[in-house]
Amino acid sequence: MKRRIYLDSAGTTRPDPEVLKTYISLLETHYANSESLYDEGSEVHRMMEKARSAAAGLLGVSADEVIFTSGSCESNSTAIKGVCFADPTRKHIITTPIEHSSVLNACRQMERLFGYDITWLPVYEDGSVRAEDVRAALRPDTILVSVMYVNNETGALNPIDEIKTIVRKESHAFFHCDMTQAAGKIPMSFTDIDLASISAHKIHGLKGSGILVKKTYVPMEPLISGGEQEFGFRGGTANAAADMVFAKTLRLALERQNAFAAHTRKLHDRLVKGLSEIDGIVINSPADGLPAVLNFSFERIPSEVMQNELNRRGFMISARSTCEAHSNNPSYVLLAMGCSQRRASCSIRVSLSMENTEEEIDAFVQAVKEMTEQYG
Amino acid sequence: MADYDTVLIRYGELTTKGKNRKDFIRKLDNNIRGILREFTQLEYRRSYDRFYIRLNGADAEAVKEKLKKVFGISSFSFTERVDSNLDAIKERCLAIAKDSGKQTFKMITRRHDKTFPMNSDGINRAVAGYILQNTDMKVDVHHPELELRVEVHSGDTYLMSEKIPGAGGYPSGINGKVLLMLSGGIDSPVAAYELMKRGLDVEAVHFASPPYTSENARQKVLDLASMMSEYNQGRMRVHMVNFTALQLEIYKTAGDPYAITLMRRMMVRLAEQIARESGCLAIGTGESLGQVASQTLESIACINSVISIPVLRPLICMDKVEIIDLARRIGTYETSILPYEDCCTIFDPKNPVTKPTVKKAEGYEARFPYDKMIAEAAEAAEVITVHPQERESFL
Repeated sequence: MKRRIYLDSAGTTRPDPEVLKTYISLLETHYANSESLYDEGSEVHRMMEKARSAAAGLLGVSADEVIFTSGSCESNSTAIKGVCFADPTRKHIITTPIEHSSVLNACRQMERLFGYDITWLPVYEDGSVRAEDVRAALRPDTILVSVMYVNNETGALNPIDEIKTIVRKESHAFFHCDMTQAAGKIPMSFTDIDLASISAHKIHGLKGSGILVKKTYVPMEPLISGGEQEFGFRGGTANAAADMVFAKTLRLALERQNAFAAHTRKLHDRLVKGLSEIDGIVINSPADGLPAVLNFSFERIPSEVMQNELNRRGFMISARSTCEAHSNNPSYVLLAMGCSQRRASCSIRVSLSMENTEEEIDAFVQAVKEMTEQYG
Repeated sequence: MADYDTVLIRYGELTTKGKNRKDFIRKLDNNIRGILREFTQLEYRRSYDRFYIRLNGADAEAVKEKLKKVFGISSFSFTERVDSNLDAIKERCLAIAKDSGKQTFKMITRRHDKTFPMNSDGINRAVAGYILQNTDMKVDVHHPELELRVEVHSGDTYLMSEKIPGAGGYPSGINGKVLLMLSGGIDSPVAAYELMKRGLDVEAVHFASPPYTSENARQKVLDLASMMSEYNQGRMRVHMVNFTALQLEIYKTAGDPYAITLMRRMMVRLAEQIARESGCLAIGTGESLGQVASQTLESIACINSVISIPVLRPLICMDKVEIIDLARRIGTYETSILPYEDCCTIFDPKNPVTKPTVKKAEGYEARFPYDKMIAEAAEAAEVITVHPQERESFL
């Protein structure tokens, strides 16, 4: 069979061999419950806490601000609902219509079940929101502002530094940032960010593993009730081996962050150049977004048809967020940016990693060219 | 792009002169080499008022983190060496300025080599003029975003843009050795830090009461010692004393109110003995006046009366809040608050006496052969040398 080419790294990534090796060996040797009092349990507990400290050190927060979760969907859900539950006197949330579905649906749930008022920030042509609009939307009863750092469909960057300063200085609201697509790709600072979500499997780690960074002063109720695990914010026997290798996953990602930026920039530019020579292709991603994500449309073929054809030609690629992959609706992110229904229904998202090569990019451009000529 | 190849280190509290100054510098030299020994490619050079390390490709960030924890350093900078000629200085300063991405700058030149044909002010003007011509940057002498420092020596000139504060204080070990009573709580690691800052080499003694105290509690103490060893020339000796037999005897004999007082009296006796045997001239503690029953002035007096060795209490007048702040800064707080029982909490008396008297304490002590038990416990103490933790393989 012809070699398949992976261009869906914003969806998930292949586990790093070193992470995988460590994980398997930990599963075999360190299976004790981290809460057990005998030596083996204590050892698992010690190692988990070491991993927590190491991850905290890498992120520049303190160890009691790192909560292990099952991934970003859980981190996002817990941050939003947990903070709302802790203070039901304030019932206003500010967010954007281009968030990941875990944020959108958590907010909609608060609206539907508990009568929360949601302000959806306007999204501009470049795929991002403006700090000014956050300022205008803040109210005395605003409990939470949730804005993602990097959009998963377009790679657009939101002005997080400006937004967090406004939220901190001009309101009593907390600021949550979904950093799932930013971790290991661009520098992150957690100063003045009250809550943040990160997932392991987007940075060559394991599925079912993530963290929620929550500053100690933020009141929050757990979503999953249980024992005193994770400072009481997340019940359930720890997924210890996965939590332990999260630190390694993050370290490796941060160590190669500069190389990642340079490599994906090179591939991105090559890809944009190649696609721009194909008649009818329009690039949806902003020029100053994250180079690892490139979204484009070809308005004569719907997303699903393009995906089928590219799949047949050996490319693993998505049209939009993988969590929305089974819906045939146009991309809500592109619609929010002001794209037409047509353009938002005919998009493809290329997402890159260190493992992609220039040859793969050239092969992809060639395949898109042939596809547009054959079916366009 | 600035190409940092040398670290320039400025000495700390050099108010001393003559032989003391020489000792200070020699000790600091020794401690710096010790803490950086894993970087085998480094080259060291010492001058009258500066210490230089050639990086030779070593990871500057890692070296920086290590140097921040060396007492006796007032500040340090990563520098680029150029030949002492004006054109070379101008070119490389321009490169550093461009690379910084800053809008405003200020030149600070020191001309150590008075034979250099231009004075400091002349060099400032020449270099600043060159940067102004070739960039959009502006000079701001009051609040510059970038301070460009030029130090002209004969032959070599050092360029630097950031002055990183050092840990201050005296080089570890220059003022002798002290035995610290390390409980595993918040205070004692902070006490260790303060003692080390005054140039003391610190050893630790820990009292464990297995099975009332767990393996976790013991490991926690060793972890704390390992963290503190980074400030202590990269190693720390820990004397682990099994205190169970004495503790049980105390509770049997004295009961609740006097138990803590007697326990502390036994501990300082043990510490004094171990201190003398290992060449420590004093005992150190993390006591803070009035914090708990055993730390009232009456308690301290009653406990102190059984020993003659000096006791250093660097935290005695500090607030708990100040101590916690410092613990957070030196990085021990989160380990200290891990909830494992130590021998102070395990028997947790309900009504500890806050104003114990020597007479009563001696009365209780006459009822059991504590001398013999102390001698046995000191004899059986385990000595463990810890080092800064290397990254475990799973991390």
